[in-house]
Amino acid sequence: MAEKTTVLNLPEDELVHPGNRACAGCGLSIIYRIGLKALGRDTILVVPPSCLTVLQGLYPIAATQLPCLNVTFASTAAAATGILAALRAQKNTSTTVAAWAGDGGTSDIGLQALSGACERGENFIFICYDNEAYMNTGVQRSGTTPQGVLTTTTPISGKKQKKKDVPAIIAAHGIPYVATASAAYPIDFYDKIKKAKTISGPKYIHVHTPCPSGWGFNPRYTIKIGRMAVESGLYDLYENENGHFELSGPSQRLLKKDRRPVSEYLETQARFRGLSEARIASIQQEVDAKWETYRAQPS
Amino acid sequence: MHVIESGNVAAANGVKLARAHVVAAYPITPQTPLTEKLSEFVDAGEMDAEYIPVESEHSALSVCIAASSAGSRPFTATSANGLLYMSEQLHWAAGARLPIVMCVVNRGIGAPWTVWNDQQDAFSQRDAGWVQLFACDHQQIIDTVIQAYAIAETVSIPVMVCYDGYILSHTYMPFEIPDSDTVDGFLPAFSPEYALNPAKPCNLNTVTLPDIRPDVRGDTAPGYMEIRHNLHTDMREALNVIKTVDEKFYSIFGRGGHCFIEPYNCEDAEYIAVCIGSLSYQLRDVVDALRQDRIKIGVCGLRVYRPFPDEAIRETFKSAKGIIVLEKALSYGYEGALYADIKAALYDCDNRPFIHNYILGLGGREIKTQQLLDALRQSCTIDIPVPQWIGLKM
Ligand SMILES: Cc1ncc(C[n+]2csc(CCOP(=O)(O)OP(=O)(O)O)c2C)c(N)n1
Ligand code: SF4
Ligand SMILES: [Mg+2]
Repeated sequence: MAEKTTVLNLPEDELVHPGNRACAGCGLSIIYRIGLKALGRDTILVVPPSCLTVLQGLYPIAATQLPCLNVTFASTAAAATGILAALRAQKNTSTTVAAWAGDGGTSDIGLQALSGACERGENFIFICYDNEAYMNTGVQRSGTTPQGVLTTTTPISGKKQKKKDVPAIIAAHGIPYVATASAAYPIDFYDKIKKAKTISGPKYIHVHTPCPSGWGFNPRYTIKIGRMAVESGLYDLYENENGHFELSGPSQRLLKKDRRPVSEYLETQARFRGLSEARIASIQQEVDAKWETYRAQPS
Repeated sequence: MHVIESGNVAAANGVKLARAHVVAAYPITPQTPLTEKLSEFVDAGEMDAEYIPVESEHSALSVCIAASSAGSRPFTATSANGLLYMSEQLHWAAGARLPIVMCVVNRGIGAPWTVWNDQQDAFSQRDAGWVQLFACDHQQIIDTVIQAYAIAETVSIPVMVCYDGYILSHTYMPFEIPDSDTVDGFLPAFSPEYALNPAKPCNLNTVTLPDIRPDVRGDTAPGYMEIRHNLHTDMREALNVIKTVDEKFYSIFGRGGHCFIEPYNCEDAEYIAVCIGSLSYQLRDVVDALRQDRIKIGVCGLRVYRPFPDEAIRETFKSAKGIIVLEKALSYGYEGALYADIKAALYDCDNRPFIHNYILGLGGREIKTQQLLDALRQSCTIDIPVPQWIGLKM
């Protein structure tokens, strides 16, 4: 068996330069650094407009050492397709093509192109970093903003609709690998990218990335809050490999131990301050019911 | 090889001869048979390319943009609403300076739905930063597709090859398919200066500031405005490139020689009718008839709309008494866009000819030769307000 990944044996090669334009405590900047280590230098990136566009720097200065194609908001997966086609025409089948898009660029405006590319079976890794709103444009609601969250387009009564389950939508395309991850568990994310690199066809990884500026918490708590989302059972880490579903380490362990109350997680962030006691109770009920179904599954 | 085939098949053969490696397209009438033909070429192994069956035109052009950024020669084609659905990507392709070639099989735009021909689709994208070439017959379609790659790859600007839906796309005409070795001699393989490559990483289309900015070495990099100025300058330079490419094509294939304006009976003409596309060939019969009545008239078909061949226009039209611009498109609330452009180009002439404007054929409205005859005769006789409409029933 391969050596277990730890912080001590991660590649030392830094592909993201220090001093980039992300906010202090940005969950995205953590997973970007770790993710590029997993992807390695023989990779071409595709990035639509998002916080990542800004993180990468302003022309002519770049914050990353990998070739990157910045593309329009709706076109990420189609652009990845085009790069792959060009590489095949040049008889290059070794370079990894990895798209990094926000939740808006994935679940809303980019969903059509992503669905098309998954259906066609394009051989890419698509990473959606989910900070649960359009952050780059100033915290507007997205399809993955959870119910009740205050954003600048749901400013008073919070978002009315539920969070869209994008990994489930992508999994419904029957692609070989769908996984979820969290910026609070970077090694788990690293291993998932490493695994994705060994699989041919579309690979989709959805990463929960706490965002101090958009969620309203102190930047020092990014990891803590990311962990609370998982430990409360609100946000689950799993892999779905060829239809075989399996909870990953931190979520797997929750099958046998008590989960933290969701209220603990919700209290940490200003964006949830519009939630009533009753609403919090019903979120807890929904989470409990979800975990009942996990427990009922034969493992 | 001489064949009798449709305009769409002519275009498909041009793409095949140009050795496009990545074809991404989405069906829309009247472009569809072109897309079908290309997928057939690929499926039959007659073309060393991949056909990517994308889920939309936006994605079709996105695939081409990325494939071109990664150093391959792409192709796409569309019509009407498909072209408009690409609009964001049209500007992106030009701004990113990618030598993509696309056929636009001209069709009217909805609402209301129409599948028939006019040129509002291509005209509405005039300012997207693409070179816009127009073909008047099947031979020009195949020849222009091949030339388009040579032009695009010399100036690093995408090129649209436009031709009239149905009138050219679906009719059958004889044309020559040039020999593929000869085309290879004319059009070398694509080798871009920059391409996405892990061995030489670069970050393309990054956010760019309003002002110039030094890079890490201290060298000055352009701001957004310099980048736009370069596009404009190179677009003007494209006029010279179009000419050089046409001359080279002529020397090898013996066809061409009129890359900006294709004149007919214009040497001694007092009046010149001007239009874009297949209509200019229909007008030749009309001109012949008027000549029998001793009206000294000729017709010019414009082959390039952007970059605008203003010098060629002044040169050809400067000694005419009157210019009659007929167009299948309209800038609502003003006049025909081509008319406005030609009028502006003639402003500096010492003897400014009068200039009339006719709007016709929108949404496929039939253009009868008798109507053209009446309109041109009227323009050669009396002064009229513009624009006039031909065939309007109200
Ligand atoms: C076609 C188009 N519409 C809107 C925008 C404006 N826009 C840029 S980034 C963005 C939000 C991005 O949200 P997300 O994908 O979640 O990434 P984040 O900013 O949160 O990192 C929007 C709406 C755009 N660039 N292009
Ligand atoms: S707004 Fe949020 S996601 Fe964007 S850079 Fe700042 S912390 Fe990161
Ligand atoms: Mg977001």
